[in-house]
Amino acid sequence: MTWEVVIGLETHAQLQTKSKIFSGASTAFGAEPNRQACAVDIALPGVLPVLNREAVVCAIKFGLAIGAEIAPRSIFARKNYFYPDLPKGYQISQFEIPVVSGGGLTITVGAGETAYEKFVHLTRAHLEEDAGKSLHEDFHGKTGIDLNRAGTPLLEIVTEPDMCSSTEAVAYAKALHSLVTWIGICDGNMQEGSFRCDANVSVRRPGAPLGTRREIKNLNSFRFLQQAIDYEIQWQINEIEEGRKIQQATVLFDPDTGETRSMRSKEDAHDYRYFPDPDLLPLEIKADWIAEVKAGLPELPQAMQARFQSDYGLSAYDAATLAVTRSSAQFFEETVNVAGKENAKACANWVMGELAARLNRDEKDISASPIAAAQLAGMVKRIADGTLSSKLAKEVFEALWSGEGQDADAIIEARGLKQVSDASAIEPIIDEVLAANPKSVEEFRAGKDKAFNALVGQIMKATKGKANPQQVNELLKRKLS
Amino acid sequence: MINASLKELAAALAEKKISSVELTTLFLDRIEQHNPNLNAFVTVDRARALAAAHAADQKVGAERTALTGIPLAHKDIFCAEGWRTTCGSKMLGNFTSPYDAHVVEQMNAAGMVTLGKCNMDEFAMGSSNETSFFGTVRNPWDTACVPGGSSGGSAAAIAARLAPAATGTDTGGSIRQPAALCGLTGIKPTYGVVSRYGMIAFASSLDQGGPMAKSAEDCALLLNAMAGFDPRDSTSLERPAEDYCRDLDKPLAGLRIGLPKEFFGAGMDDGVRVVVEAALAEYRKLGAITVEVSLPNSGLSVPAYYVIAPAEASSNLSRFDGVRYGHRAADYGDLNDMYAKSRAEGFGDEVKRRILIGAYVLSHGYYDAYYLKAQKIRRLIAADFSTAFKDCDVIMGPTAPSVAFKFGEKSADPVQMYLSDIYTIAVNLAGLPGMSIPCGFDRDLPVGLQLIGPWFGEAQMLNVAHRYQQATDWHRRMPAAFAG
Repeated sequence: MTWEVVIGLETHAQLQTKSKIFSGASTAFGAEPNRQACAVDIALPGVLPVLNREAVVCAIKFGLAIGAEIAPRSIFARKNYFYPDLPKGYQISQFEIPVVSGGGLTITVGAGETAYEKFVHLTRAHLEEDAGKSLHEDFHGKTGIDLNRAGTPLLEIVTEPDMCSSTEAVAYAKALHSLVTWIGICDGNMQEGSFRCDANVSVRRPGAPLGTRREIKNLNSFRFLQQAIDYEIQWQINEIEEGRKIQQATVLFDPDTGETRSMRSKEDAHDYRYFPDPDLLPLEIKADWIAEVKAGLPELPQAMQARFQSDYGLSAYDAATLAVTRSSAQFFEETVNVAGKENAKACANWVMGELAARLNRDEKDISASPIAAAQLAGMVKRIADGTLSSKLAKEVFEALWSGEGQDADAIIEARGLKQVSDASAIEPIIDEVLAANPKSVEEFRAGKDKAFNALVGQIMKATKGKANPQQVNELLKRKLS
Repeated sequence: MINASLKELAAALAEKKISSVELTTLFLDRIEQHNPNLNAFVTVDRARALAAAHAADQKVGAERTALTGIPLAHKDIFCAEGWRTTCGSKMLGNFTSPYDAHVVEQMNAAGMVTLGKCNMDEFAMGSSNETSFFGTVRNPWDTACVPGGSSGGSAAAIAARLAPAATGTDTGGSIRQPAALCGLTGIKPTYGVVSRYGMIAFASSLDQGGPMAKSAEDCALLLNAMAGFDPRDSTSLERPAEDYCRDLDKPLAGLRIGLPKEFFGAGMDDGVRVVVEAALAEYRKLGAITVEVSLPNSGLSVPAYYVIAPAEASSNLSRFDGVRYGHRAADYGDLNDMYAKSRAEGFGDEVKRRILIGAYVLSHGYYDAYYLKAQKIRRLIAADFSTAFKDCDVIMGPTAPSVAFKFGEKSADPVQMYLSDIYTIAVNLAGLPGMSIPCGFDRDLPVGLQLIGPWFGEAQMLNVAHRYQQATDWHRRMPAAFAG
């Protein structure tokens, strides 16, 4: 019997502000424990929160980027619970009226023939503060508290239960990750916890009402997200098929075992006693503030993808691949600007192919690419005008990568890689090769096409790869006919 | 000298008739002599006070303000750098603040000399100063009586002339009621006029700091230093600076005094009524006219307050968990046990009662019926005042239903205790400025007259109080036992 899977995601994106959401302490990662926690962050008696406007700007940017409604007046509320890394005994969050409501994200699921697009609706996104960290490792029988992270601004982004598989959930998470880094509100560093997902998963029979959900907390890699959801789906199906009922619960994913385990059931769920924080005024966002933020917003990935298709004639897949990050899209566009629109497809192929592979191998981001966009463009131009063969282009690429020349022209010149397209220069070499390989000539004449390729290979070898392969083909055909 | 006004003290200091060190020593000696009897101070630091006095004496010319060199006591709810700051609780018995509250900063900047920190009801929850972990404070007018609360230590200190002035805070009457019970003048400004930064929160939407002293003129001078925008408090109001002394001497001819009929019904002691009526007669003599007004929802103010204030308090006091500072139980098992024991040991009964009430009214399924409803009542109460101020310039009535009561008289019955603030609470709910000024005696104990102004009506209210004090001398009376 078939099962339908229903998934909704809640993502916590740490906002890239210099200081914390309600205090002036720095948000930089990696400082000595408790060195970036001021009086407000450690909740001394008498201290008060003051909202960081930059965090609000991030929320507005996000709302604009997903076509959501930005509340003209939203409320900060206190979420009350005791935990040692929650200094005030409450978290300042937004409850009844979030700053961002609605909107959504178009995601591409899968690749190639079976790829499809889907629109994931967002319920809301709200501003809140992060908690500190409890450190259990270094303290025997005790817990250490590091409050450096306490008060770091977060945008909690909540989807509708629109996703039907772990693949869709991962596609959404990647699209969201790409968007928040694109608009510069989050550094997207998942290892440092800047972008982490909670997945709400339930299963049901097709057409049946929604099943009971379990929430998998704090998934900080796309791989874990996929594994955790897949495990959870199978677990829930097994439970039901064996006649048990799913209990609403919060669960944790253990990457070592690949399993999820229950952290707390609905019965011990907290009553957070939310109420409006009397220390903070309602957050008022006027239209002119939104307009000001909008003016500073970069072109968004989807608009850019559409433009890449219409302006440069790229496929949807190529456009999406190039626009996976803003730096990649910018690199591509700079390359095209130098190489010319007519070479856009070639530029795309180099950026997505050789360059991406090389960057990947050296674990470098495209923004730190040793080859500048203009350098790559110079090379693409030489391939296009026939100066450089595709084969030798790889050598030029390598030389550029290791900084062995200012530009493609200099490398071609220095290494004598200029393609030979002059028939009078190629013909004598063909004659020599034919004379030296009578057996291949005979085989070709007997109908073996392979022999032709072998001859081409010999000619290319004799010209050190510099002969224009197309021309070699034509000349050889003529000679053998 | 001990009964001198701040203006007189400032003049004596300016004319070098006395130095700040001498003046400070005078009050420190009085504290040493009388505090064991009154328990008005929790912490006194002679060396620090004298150092500050010495520094004040060095100031010349433009460095000096109207308050330079004058000693002051702080309610122990204000964080002061290097001072133990207890908020009247065992929970903070070991807490030394690493920073200054805005109010403390302002008073230091004005050159005032901190004598010490005054006793108070634990976390400002109380109307008699009987909930302090550091013991009850005695009323200088009758040491068998309470001084009122929660700023009872500040009130007793000034009444016994152990300090010329003090800071207080008022969440439901905590400046006005002890001022009334100790024969003093105290003002709770409009919500947002005095920064709450560094003032340990009880109920954030109601708490407001303010001065307590012997006269309206003293209070106006102190408020000049205390008030002002502070970006560290989001509820602090960004308004141009005001001189609260500017209207002190304006004549009262034509002043319309609103008398809410709800404040003059049953519940007020007859002795208090007689004294308040006499004060109103005095005002009429000064040219004011009295008109009846109505605050139809004022009967709901105590129940609404006892939902909103505990709700906010239950959350505000969550930070006292024994993790980072403050009391932690000596022996505990797991984390929850540490929380439970530390808080059970660190908080007194009244604080626990309010945390329980607060957590209850905010809990799932009760929020709408209690908290939201109370917020609606709060808006109705504010609207009542707006309506009343169409017909009058200032509202008057008793500050408290009775004079100072005996220790233990009301502490067994929380509701009786809560009713001591029946006339003051509505003012906090509406965010209005309110004052109490001494206006006579009932059974040899002071009676307070409450003045309530419209939002930002402090200057006019101080004027109304000051003219009365020029015509009467209730505010200059001292308890005989402490007059020498």
